[in-house]
Amino acid sequence: MAKILIVAEHDGQTLNPSTAKVVACAAEIDGAELDVVVFSDSASDVAVQAAKLDSISRVLTVDSVSSKNALAAMIAPQMVAIADGYSYLFGPSTTFGKDLMPRVAALLGVNQISDIMSVEGSHTFKRPIYAGNVVLTVKAPADRPVVATVRTASYQAVGSDNSAAVENIECTVELPTHTRFVELKSASSDRPDLQTAARVVSGGRALGSSENFGIIFALADKLGAGVGASRAAVDAGYVPNEMQVGQTGKIIAPALYVAIGISGAIQHLTGIKDAGTIVAINKDGEAPIFEVADIGLVGDLFKLVPEFTAALK
Amino acid sequence: MDKILVGLKRVVDFNVRVRVKNDGTGVETGGVKMSINPFDEIALEEALRIRERGEASEVIVVSIGASESQQQLRTGLAMGADRAILIQTTAAADPISRARALLEIVNREAPGLVLLGKQAIDNDDNQTGQMLAALWGRPQATSASKLELNGDTARVTREVDLGLEIVDVDLPAVVTVDLRLNEPRYVKLPDIMKAKKKPLDEIPIADLGVEASPVIEEILFEPPEQRQKGVMVDDVAGLIAALKDKGLL
Repeated sequence: MAKILIVAEHDGQTLNPSTAKVVACAAEIDGAELDVVVFSDSASDVAVQAAKLDSISRVLTVDSVSSKNALAAMIAPQMVAIADGYSYLFGPSTTFGKDLMPRVAALLGVNQISDIMSVEGSHTFKRPIYAGNVVLTVKAPADRPVVATVRTASYQAVGSDNSAAVENIECTVELPTHTRFVELKSASSDRPDLQTAARVVSGGRALGSSENFGIIFALADKLGAGVGASRAAVDAGYVPNEMQVGQTGKIIAPALYVAIGISGAIQHLTGIKDAGTIVAINKDGEAPIFEVADIGLVGDLFKLVPEFTAALK
Repeated sequence: MDKILVGLKRVVDFNVRVRVKNDGTGVETGGVKMSINPFDEIALEEALRIRERGEASEVIVVSIGASESQQQLRTGLAMGADRAILIQTTAAADPISRARALLEIVNREAPGLVLLGKQAIDNDDNQTGQMLAALWGRPQATSASKLELNGDTARVTREVDLGLEIVDVDLPAVVTVDLRLNEPRYVKLPDIMKAKKKPLDEIPIADLGVEASPVIEEILFEPPEQRQKGVMVDDVAGLIAALKDKGLL
């Protein structure tokens, strides 16, 4: 039976929802047995959460102080050390997985399949290229392990009614000292996480300033939505980089996406094409965003957005 | 440091709207404008700034591809690179072969830093830098938005999903760059003339002894499913009614 090893993404306490989406992708490979591996300095809580994921057989924990900040240079050699017997090694196409999985692939001497969006057969997959303007069907060699990242926006997280066995694995591979974590700068927020929120409100350059972004936050709070931004708004310094939605930012698939003052560059549209319903508010009726919006409203966002917010209960 | 090596990939220009060939075997590239991958251009700009600050003495640009890639290398030389290397291959090289070929150049040139774009805008693989770092046994810092050199180490700010991650890496290292690292300079006409005299070496990929890997076969190229244009509403009341219709409010 083919075995799949899925690397868990986590922050030391909480399993990232990306992991459950990678499991959903892996579960589409017929007859495969799925293991999730947690690399951490003390895996207990994360392993317990991972063990609940449906479709998986086992959770493996590999403890090492070097794994604390999930640096690819530390995790990759450990993942390769336990890869024996696995025909597939999967990770999420988040910044964590994109950093890690190619390093794993190179150590195994294989190419990686980036951003799997669908499983077409045991070794055949679809993936987006050219910023999502082309869908490419690829076939990996059957006699080598398949190393891949999974486009998380293409998958619904598996449920969490399982109670898989948790096994600790010793891994004695020598780890480098050449890469050192310094710090993570993160704007903390009580709002729903952009990557998993069911609703997202995004603002573009038309907002004009950081202060004006307040009307986006106010609307998002009324809708219980996460907040995103276009690349132009991030480049202009209105909001931090982690809010960027699009090809070089986050690829998201909320049930409702509200794009405000966003013209809809192809790189932005790439990040939202799996959204359920797209609402666009823009003063330019010719903006490309209206070509993909399910509901479009042309007008002055500084008038319409507060009016929309006020009209919501 | 002595040298910085920068990878430049020839890709369809980012302004071109790519079209899939009717038979699904690829995308139309005939008569299409080709350019340096925009992320690689940012990598080169960063290398040039480091050299101009006196923190490196030579910037070498390297490309992997057919002879047409000379155009992009010449553009790189016109931007200010000192010399260029073209690793010749007519095959569409896969990321691990690219990483192995780059490793051979790294072994010959012994750069203190390798700068690459975080991904190329054609295949969007985002692999080659990480693979080179792995094969070389050296640090990687991907998606860099800030790079500071401090003697034998570099402090790199990386754009990650949670915000900005700062790492220190020992040199030599591979750094892949993101869009906000810098804004590349424009090439001036006299520099284009000067670039014609700068050295451009060509090395057949076979001469590098790069071991071929079983490649991932590209079976079918298709246009994506298009979203349909929806309805336009006249005012906020219409917007709310439309959202209620869809059960979203």
